[in-house]
Amino acid sequence: MSAASTWCAIAGIVASSTAGDVLLSRAMRQIGHVGELWRRAGLGAVLKAIVTHPSFLLALFFMAVSFFGLLLALSWADVSLVVPATASLTYVTNALAARLFLHERVDRRRWLSALLVCAGVAVLAA
Amino acid sequence: MTSRKYLVLASIIVFASTGDISLSYGMKHVGAISLARWTELFAAVLNPWVALGIVLLLGFFAAYLSALSWSDLTYVLPATSLGYVLLALLSVWLLGEKVHLTRWIGILLVSSGVGIVTRGPSATHRHQPEPEPAGDQR
Repeated sequence: MSAASTWCAIAGIVASSTAGDVLLSRAMRQIGHVGELWRRAGLGAVLKAIVTHPSFLLALFFMAVSFFGLLLALSWADVSLVVPATASLTYVTNALAARLFLHERVDRRRWLSALLVCAGVAVLAA
Repeated sequence: MTSRKYLVLASIIVFASTGDISLSYGMKHVGAISLARWTELFAAVLNPWVALGIVLLLGFFAAYLSALSWSDLTYVLPATSLGYVLLALLSVWLLGEKVHLTRWIGILLVSSGVGIVTRGPSATHRHQPEPEPAGDQR
């Protein structure tokens, strides 16, 4: 399989895994501190709040897409390219998406940290 | 950040890396599965190491969801990337892999990223400033 299709698969994995993380983060923020909810209403209430949250279900869908995308990409290219490329790119796209969609304050400190981790993961798996 | 919250972040790191190690160890025993016979993936779940890996990753998912309920995504992800370092160390100790100079450089980069982000605030939306460990209510 050509390098172009491998990189398309990597882009697809990065996009869907970012969407999954952002939606998961949004769901959990709306549900609120689960430790407090657990003490107040019990574990059942926590589980019910999570599995019935639309953003959580959508997050699961995107995580499944990125998992099968990963299997597909692994059938085309080496694991030593696919896994570090997707893992480290995801740190950068997550910082962008968290700023855009979650309105998190991604300051210079967080950018620097995301870029260091991104570089570190790329080097670790090289 | 309370000490309990640091404990949740630590369990994300430990569950994720031990889960991956367990899955990897199990799949090395199961052997390569070709895409033409992908249904064998379901049988792989019966391998005790793969099963243990899945249990550990469920623990990771629970801790991850908990952390996201009180922290920003851009805090949780870098703060728990120490898992990559732990994974590298465990693969040396348990799986007997060799760690080259480039990997140590990677470990240093990840660790400095973690050090930088954890010195900052953990959440954006706060009505009051996050109490420091001294103000721990528990």
